[in-house]
Amino acid sequence: MGVSPMSSLKNTGETPVPRGFSRTAMSTIGVTAALSVAKSADFGRQIRSHGRGDRIFNLILALSAGLVPLIMVMFLGVLLYGAWPAFHALGFSIFTSTNWDPSDSSKDFGGLAFLYGTVTTSVLALLIAGPVGIAVAAFLHEILDSRVRGVVVFLIETLATIPSVVYGMWGLFVLKPFVSNVIQPHLKPLQPILDKIFHGHFPLFNGPPIGIGMLTGTLILIIMVLPIIVSISLEAIRAVPNVYREAALGLGATRWEMMRVAVLPVARPGLFGGCILALGRALGETMAITMVIGNTAQMKWSLFEPADTISSVIANQYPEASGLQFAALTELALILLILTLAVNLLARLIISRMDRVTGGGS
Amino acid sequence: MSIGNAGYRRIKSNVIVILMGLTVLACLVPLASLLYTLISNGVGALNFDFFTKVEGAIGEKSGVAHAIAGSLLHMLMSTIFAVPVGIAIGMFLARPTHARLAKTTRLLLDVLAGVPAIIIGVFIYTIVVRPFTGFSLLAGGMALALIMLPIFVRGTEQAIRAIPSSVDEAGLALGLPGYRVLLRIVLPAAVPAVMTGLFLALARVGGEAAPLLLTSFGKGTWTTSPMDKTASLPVLLFNYAKSAVEEQNKQAWGAAMVLVIIILGFRMLTRLYNHWQYGQGAA
Repeated sequence: MGVSPMSSLKNTGETPVPRGFSRTAMSTIGVTAALSVAKSADFGRQIRSHGRGDRIFNLILALSAGLVPLIMVMFLGVLLYGAWPAFHALGFSIFTSTNWDPSDSSKDFGGLAFLYGTVTTSVLALLIAGPVGIAVAAFLHEILDSRVRGVVVFLIETLATIPSVVYGMWGLFVLKPFVSNVIQPHLKPLQPILDKIFHGHFPLFNGPPIGIGMLTGTLILIIMVLPIIVSISLEAIRAVPNVYREAALGLGATRWEMMRVAVLPVARPGLFGGCILALGRALGETMAITMVIGNTAQMKWSLFEPADTISSVIANQYPEASGLQFAALTELALILLILTLAVNLLARLIISRMDRVTGGGS
Repeated sequence: MSIGNAGYRRIKSNVIVILMGLTVLACLVPLASLLYTLISNGVGALNFDFFTKVEGAIGEKSGVAHAIAGSLLHMLMSTIFAVPVGIAIGMFLARPTHARLAKTTRLLLDVLAGVPAIIIGVFIYTIVVRPFTGFSLLAGGMALALIMLPIFVRGTEQAIRAIPSSVDEAGLALGLPGYRVLLRIVLPAAVPAVMTGLFLALARVGGEAAPLLLTSFGKGTWTTSPMDKTASLPVLLFNYAKSAVEEQNKQAWGAAMVLVIIILGFRMLTRLYNHWQYGQGAA
């Protein structure tokens, strides 16, 4: 078992230098770090309030900092303003209708298909990437020799830096044929069984053999969010004090039992936070999924049917949109924004609550 | 845990550990496949024309030089927008004069970091592209700057925070006004770490395509003005990968490889900087 510095989760936000992806991502959820920083805030006020130059300088800095809240308010304002005509003309039908007709003078702008595509692909991706990512992190930290671990972590962080379009391209040229030639023919024979059970109401494995659709989109998302989950989980597991492991091993636990009783429960807030953060990322992911999901506004209970997501429809139609379509797309953008913000907020809440319960794991 | 049968427990543990190891290997398969296809297809696309010519008609000699230049221009533009403001915000957060504003700003920067890139594109499109500039490099730079800002500010804040307050106090004790202490003593000492944050931010921003689709849009040839539509590697990649022209598919792989090399280059720079500044353990 590799001996690691027992840096607690609390301190990650305050380490002097940003050292790459994992640290940056970690400090995103380092709520406690933000709190401890706020305590030292009086320092600046005490020593810098002399002279006019100082006052002007401090004012400039404060105004710059004030830009951030201003931008966020503008964000909401601009989206609300742009979406207003759609609120007015469509009402709730944007949530209930799957009918999306982008032609001029059309009044059919139902966003349900996009909402469905976004949420389904992201949640499915997370359900798979979450457990896998945590298992990978646990294996890397608890089992692997620290030198090998360094190499694997480097590879996984490389995976995290590769741009989304490149993933999309790989999806288009490698994953798409793989899905249509290998995965789909193997799953297709299962459909008659499902038909028998659900009387044909659940066409999970039906669909055109083109390799584009829900499943390919989900697979791409899984591959893209895995590095996030692994690096954050690794931080959380690293923060578990070694005495916990030693205590478990001393009681005669096997390696798996040690992980199950002494490591994973203590690291849980970080593990959970990482997963929710990854969900936020998956919901907003655009390029890769646009290239493989098929961009078809339909809602079908099948893995192989083309579908669409909010971010994809915005990327595809926003530049040419006008009138009501523009407003409806802006409203979809607003919905996506609120969705991702809610998810990120939830991550923070869970982490801060669990932090209190477990005492931050230290 | 039950004391149970020690042999059974050991076997169970080993089976689970082996399964976990296989999971790790399974995760490396897509990475290997990605890197393999990227390199094997990418290298074939690289030639002299690729780096010197712009988009041409079918059969004509063509390249992606305009997109490489466009990507660098985007990075430059976003740096111009994000760095001055980012340094000011970073200084404010590291040595706050107003605790509540600092707290709010820090929270909202985290929120901004979580906003999907495409939504940032929508925002800039509605307030800049539509009413003022049309699709332009300027708008693209602004969108990327908004994505850079949270990363860069965090780096800057930590860099300045890493300078001990005794350094501030020494400067103040010499009778220097507070702002000169910050600008002339603290900031210069923090520059290497600030640069690290900048490279990190550029590595992130260099691969963004979604916001650029709505702001600088892309173009088949060189950019002549900041108000002009501008090509970039990620957007070109997106268009070429979907293209029905085989030559463009091929060039897309080349462009992807160049893009990945640029981004990994920035990451390497980050590591080297850390290594150089803080010695062995830090990189």
